[in-house]
Amino acid sequence: MTNCTSRRNALRTFGGALAGILSFSAAKTAKAVVQKGLVTTSAPKGYDPTKHKWLMGFDIDRCIGCGSCVEACKTENNVPQGASYFRTWIERYIIKKPKPGSGEARGETIVDSPNGGRNGFPPSMVPREEILKSFFVPKLCNLCVDSPCVQACPVGATFDSPDGVVLVDPKYCVGCGFCIQACPYGCRFMNPETKTADKCTLCYHRITRGLQPACVEVCPTEARIFGDLKNCAPEDPIMQFIAKNKLQTLKPHLGTGPRVSYANMDKEVR
Amino acid sequence: MYPILANAMEVLPHIDGYVYPNEQNFLWTVLIVVYPYITGLVAGAFIMASFVRVFNVKALDPVYRMSLLTALAFLLAAPLPLLFHLGHPERCMEMMLTPHLSSPMAMFGFVYAWYLMAVLLLELWLDYRRDFVTWSQQHTGFKKFLYSILTVGVRDVSPGALKLDHRMSLAISIIGIPSAFLLHGYVGFIFGSVKANPWWGNVLMPIIFIFSAMVSGMALCVVLYMFVTRIRGQKLDIKCLDVMGRMLFYALVIDAGIEALDWIHRLYSAHEEIDVLKHLATGKLFYTLLILQALLGTLVPLVFLGLGQLFPHRISAAARTKIYCVMASLILVGVFAMRWNVVIGGQLFSKSLRGFTTYKMALAGHEGWPVALALMILPFVILTVLVKLFLPKEMANSVQPAVAIEPTIPSTI
Repeated sequence: MTNCTSRRNALRTFGGALAGILSFSAAKTAKAVVQKGLVTTSAPKGYDPTKHKWLMGFDIDRCIGCGSCVEACKTENNVPQGASYFRTWIERYIIKKPKPGSGEARGETIVDSPNGGRNGFPPSMVPREEILKSFFVPKLCNLCVDSPCVQACPVGATFDSPDGVVLVDPKYCVGCGFCIQACPYGCRFMNPETKTADKCTLCYHRITRGLQPACVEVCPTEARIFGDLKNCAPEDPIMQFIAKNKLQTLKPHLGTGPRVSYANMDKEVR
Repeated sequence: MYPILANAMEVLPHIDGYVYPNEQNFLWTVLIVVYPYITGLVAGAFIMASFVRVFNVKALDPVYRMSLLTALAFLLAAPLPLLFHLGHPERCMEMMLTPHLSSPMAMFGFVYAWYLMAVLLLELWLDYRRDFVTWSQQHTGFKKFLYSILTVGVRDVSPGALKLDHRMSLAISIIGIPSAFLLHGYVGFIFGSVKANPWWGNVLMPIIFIFSAMVSGMALCVVLYMFVTRIRGQKLDIKCLDVMGRMLFYALVIDAGIEALDWIHRLYSAHEEIDVLKHLATGKLFYTLLILQALLGTLVPLVFLGLGQLFPHRISAAARTKIYCVMASLILVGVFAMRWNVVIGGQLFSKSLRGFTTYKMALAGHEGWPVALALMILPFVILTVLVKLFLPKEMANSVQPAVAIEPTIPSTI
């Protein structure tokens, strides 16, 4: 009988240990939920994210592909140098004329983004007479309502701020890269210096102090339109942009609810 | 600080067409190929063992314990590829301590802990408890100490106690089968849930992973059984091999069927990404997908194992043994290729669906191929130790779990 009790006790000990681990985990989760309310960002003290709703829009017809925005972003946010780390970048679309007699409405579409468009764009390899139309498309985080990156993060280091910005806590990110895989727009990258996921923050340290994001600030043609939907008058640029344009978003079929809007976008853009 | 220098030093992959600039960094490397491969082997080996326990397939008795030990050896090594891959491995416990419940990856720690502690270790302990008691009396020195510790002080080997062990072990085996499905199904879900990637985002992905896991784990058991018996100079039990061959064939039929369904559905429904995927399959993945996975890893084993089922009496035992050995090895290579095609293939094309990138395995660094190779060898090293300690020569073919409760058996050991 002693031996039987001993086995039962042994199993009880196993169970107790397991329960202990699980309850410890539950306690830590509860703590994390509390911490989420006190999460540190680059916002100044007193900034209330619930009183803002930031939005970015692009007027594609206005973008000239100068690359000022990409350069400003790299400098402002200490984005790693190199041609494969961008919080924002510009794509050039060249749509060729259809072959005569083909019956097609348009020819091949060629897209490029040399060094993210940071240094502008060299002349196209496609002869001018073969080009049907060409345009530039700036890209950055799409500020999704149902962000797949936030859903995928295993520790909650990526989160939706109430003001509409999707942020990463670099002190908490484990660097698994799942969020980068989950982003359909290629907006995230693994920062080689911090070994954590990195992305556009809409220059959170600037917008929470009443400034505009660096890319918006330097855009010479006002192709980037930025504003706070909770604190703007009808004549503000963002409201005018929404009112006067027919807007589209990128890859709407994926159900991520991208909030970043594009005016005058061609169907080839994705 | 020196952008020109930094640009010059950055080695960018060869790109065809257009990929988003950030996609030029190849993120999940060969380590992430090794990870699902190892967990798949765990799940498959466990299911092989549960055929004996749950479905009472007595012919498989000789591989019962070896399958369980194989599952344990590979499970112990399973988290290492993930750990090596993390940017901040020191923060890995956050996945368990503060999990983000909407993330399938956050479930890793829980599924792993459940499978290791509540299923595999407990089942092994209950199965081995009587032997631990016996061996702790037979051996001296370190082994006596080890086996005594492993009894956890429970030394009752009366028929009643062994019967209880058997019942509990059976219950754990029954829980263990869905747990093994969970262990590998969730790995499939990690990929299948990525809607951003049309190569991965697929409802069939967890099921494909489960069946490919079963196939690979069974194939590993076939190869290991042959290897262990040969090393020990023992005679192969051809009945056991035949049953393993049959199980392997049936599992492979289901696996191949589901994967074929996946491709038929993709080709027929022809979503916007289909041209890119066709280009990928016939181009960059030609050798790993069409040759290694589909032809050598699936079709050839299907034909040869199928012939063994159709004409069991026309093929000699020696020839059957060779067929099982070669086909199981091919299946193991084919399933590795399948993991490669999923993990690496899914990153070879741009989410813009306008171009392709390339992947070359690194030599140096914690994500290089030598590290991946070492992590693939490690479970075999662990298994060697486990076999030495827990699968004594005289035990290899004598374990009869279903009848172990009979009081006469312990006296024969």
